Amino acid sequence: MYRLGIDVGGTNTDAVIMEGQHVLSGVKASTSENVTTGVIEALEGAVSKAGIDRSKIGTVMIGTTHFTNAVIERKHISHVAAIRLGLPATSSLPPLVDWPDDLAAAVGHHTYLVRGGYEFDGRAIAPLDEEELVRIAQDIRAKNVKAAAITCVFSPINSEMEKRAKAVIEKHCPGLPVVISGDIGRIGLLERESAAIMNASLLPLAAKTVDAFGKALAEAGLSCPFFITQNDGTLMAARTVRSFPVLTFASGPTNSMRGAAFLTGRKEAIVVDIGGTTSDVGALHHGFPRQAATIVDVGGVRTNFRMPDVFSIGLGGGSLVRELAGGEVTVGPQSVGYRIAKEALVFGGSTLTTTDVAVALGKASVGDASKVAGLDRALAEKAHAKIVSMLENAVERSRVSADPIPVIAVGGGSILMPDRLGELEVIRPENFAVANAVGAAIAQISGEVDRVFALERGLTREICLKQAEQEATERALSAGAVAETIQVIEREDVPLAYLPGNATRIHVKVVGEMGGYHG
Amino acid sequence: MAERALKTSNYDPADLWVLNEEDLEALEIGSGILGTGGGGNPYLGKLRARLAMRSGYPLSILPLDRLADDARCVSIGAIGAPVVAYERLKEGREGLRCVRALEEHLNISIDAIVCEEIGGSNSMEPLIAAAFAGLPVVDCDGMGRAFPEMQMTTFSIYGHRSTPSVMCDLHGNTVLFQHAASELWHERMARACVVAQGGSSMLASSPTTGAFLKKYAVPHSYTQAIALGRAVLKARREHADPVAAICEQEKGRTVFMGKIVDLERQLRGGFVLGEAKLAGIDSFNGDSASVMIQNENLVFSRNGTVEVSVPDLIIVLDVDTGIAITTEMLRYGQRVAIVALPCHPLLRSQAALEVVGPKAFGFDDVVFRPIEEMPA
Repeated sequence: MYRLGIDVGGTNTDAVIMEGQHVLSGVKASTSENVTTGVIEALEGAVSKAGIDRSKIGTVMIGTTHFTNAVIERKHISHVAAIRLGLPATSSLPPLVDWPDDLAAAVGHHTYLVRGGYEFDGRAIAPLDEEELVRIAQDIRAKNVKAAAITCVFSPINSEMEKRAKAVIEKHCPGLPVVISGDIGRIGLLERESAAIMNASLLPLAAKTVDAFGKALAEAGLSCPFFITQNDGTLMAARTVRSFPVLTFASGPTNSMRGAAFLTGRKEAIVVDIGGTTSDVGALHHGFPRQAATIVDVGGVRTNFRMPDVFSIGLGGGSLVRELAGGEVTVGPQSVGYRIAKEALVFGGSTLTTTDVAVALGKASVGDASKVAGLDRALAEKAHAKIVSMLENAVERSRVSADPIPVIAVGGGSILMPDRLGELEVIRPENFAVANAVGAAIAQISGEVDRVFALERGLTREICLKQAEQEATERALSAGAVAETIQVIEREDVPLAYLPGNATRIHVKVVGEMGGYHG
Repeated sequence: MAERALKTSNYDPADLWVLNEEDLEALEIGSGILGTGGGGNPYLGKLRARLAMRSGYPLSILPLDRLADDARCVSIGAIGAPVVAYERLKEGREGLRCVRALEEHLNISIDAIVCEEIGGSNSMEPLIAAAFAGLPVVDCDGMGRAFPEMQMTTFSIYGHRSTPSVMCDLHGNTVLFQHAASELWHERMARACVVAQGGSSMLASSPTTGAFLKKYAVPHSYTQAIALGRAVLKARREHADPVAAICEQEKGRTVFMGKIVDLERQLRGGFVLGEAKLAGIDSFNGDSASVMIQNENLVFSRNGTVEVSVPDLIIVLDVDTGIAITTEMLRYGQRVAIVALPCHPLLRSQAALEVVGPKAFGFDDVVFRPIEEMPA
């Protein structure tokens, strides 16, 4: 059986066909306005290039930036009732308090504060005010709001009130999709609440998009199940995306990092994905992107769901190279972007770019080298030194230890990467240009637990870790993972400062191969 | 409420500096810098202060020298676990209730609010409580930076007894500490009480006089923090070097530029203890350095020799943005500038060094030397 990996980016849609560990074909197409035609074009290209019988494709894995872009562009966002359980606590900062005005307007200003919530030790701040929830449900119906997001103080410790409130709202608003924050984010009320509201605002779009993907695959004659990659590089069933579209945020860089790990066989490395305008840099740990420990800004809103710790620098294959009056040479952040094929010197244009510098110095052979033959050698050397130092700094920022680890260069602009970076080895895998689609095609199923445990009454750290591991494993199994392939990839316990009762936050994540993966 | 303040206060309203939203943004950055690695994140406090401002409660700062000698001033600060403050957001009027309860208990009316700690999140709390009370905040504080415990203020060091004090939570619980046998006892009892109140509360200490503050408060704290933040914002707008802007603003010194090459950190008794080791870059190429940490940055050494220590300020800044990096955000590979600023002379007396000097933090073999005495 074959696997089809598709990565739907803002500009390009890439598709790869894989058989076991082998990439049979990889194709790039332009992303279309309606998503569907781009997906069909890329997948048809990949199928015909690989020369396979499409009925033998067993699974399709799709990575998409569709939902991130919806937030960034404020498009297709629905109104949300943001309900918070916690009064008398939290009334100083209402929901949406620090959202950009245009995005807050897109979700509407339907915010509700209700008595309820928990203290850090599990006591109730106040009993849940169910009568108030019934009144809110009436208001939701009257205003015809399309979804609801419920956030309760300390719900990562106890999710009971969130679940109860959800049941009340669902009972009085039949058919209304309701999101609870504990399913999405971690401790940090405003950030978790924002993630939940954002998720709820994308639910109608998610349903439409999943249908569109399903239709595109059916039109291409594929009847196999399809999955969508999440921000941690693992898969969720298409039906899950209908409930949790925000979990696809940042899956693009994650997929390219996972693809880089797969294509090189390296599990500990720094991955640099060099595009036309920017480079994304992140660290692989056990073959997975390291997760950001802090808040992540999405479309101008602070959120705290788990995202890869990837940062961008303004350096790509199309970055402008300029010489200042004093002889100093600057590189980027301005770029010719996708116009590189027209504007760079080696392609007959008139703009000096990083690609021209690489060609002039004989480090790459693209376009017409004779067009840069007359380029001032000293200028090229200076620009190259600048490029190398930018890459070096970026890689250093991503390193977590002094151990020398390899640097994997992927993406169309990876010709800029020198053969060594300081003391570090550089690897440029085959198929580097479609690493993200490969990352989607090889994605696994995960299960995760992130909770605060009280280490009291004989409960030790080890017992709790074991318990969390079992729960995470059960979650992975029920999502379709194969039992014998399950392994733990993250295990951490953090004691919470200044609190009694040995409150410890435990986070365990396991991954496994998807059922049917081996055909 | 504003009317009441104007009638009874001991200051001329014309002296007030009313903050705008840009000042608040600058204060968030500046108090982050003065947090010297700790002090909590001022972000949530900034949001609350901004909402108060937008709801028509002016945030106003009174110059210390405009304060009447007999003015009654109460210092305010948040106390508790950062993780609780981050999840169980405040009700909003905890600080105001502290002020009112203290007034009621002492049968006085308070003239102005004072900041206990300008570094980090506690820069915002006095502004919020004062705005709701219709009072100004005096341009001074008790630390000139951030320290982890209450007895580490210049107020306590120079003889002010911080009890009777009041602690309030979001439920409306109000606790009066009638008398503490020492400032350290006050700190201990307050910590126990804050746990009972759910881990995050507000505390108002017994009033000081204007005359006392003029002698024993670290002056110009808000002016300084806001100017620092503005310098960073301006440098960023102009694509200039924010680290240089901070040094120029404060007559500080960049004592090191380096990359973090090793990091040790552990949690003990509620404190984050650790050490960051650095390898020099740029003009410090070939040098090594280390920063010893206990919530805040406490001791800086270069090539094995201690160069800066508490109470002088050791500030770790991101080289590119000039944003202060808190101790829990330090990471291997970060490129940082370490800037040293002299602390206020009030923190350098023998009495102060016993409470906030290197030995008070367990560095028995470190002798405090003012950074001005460092060879250039």
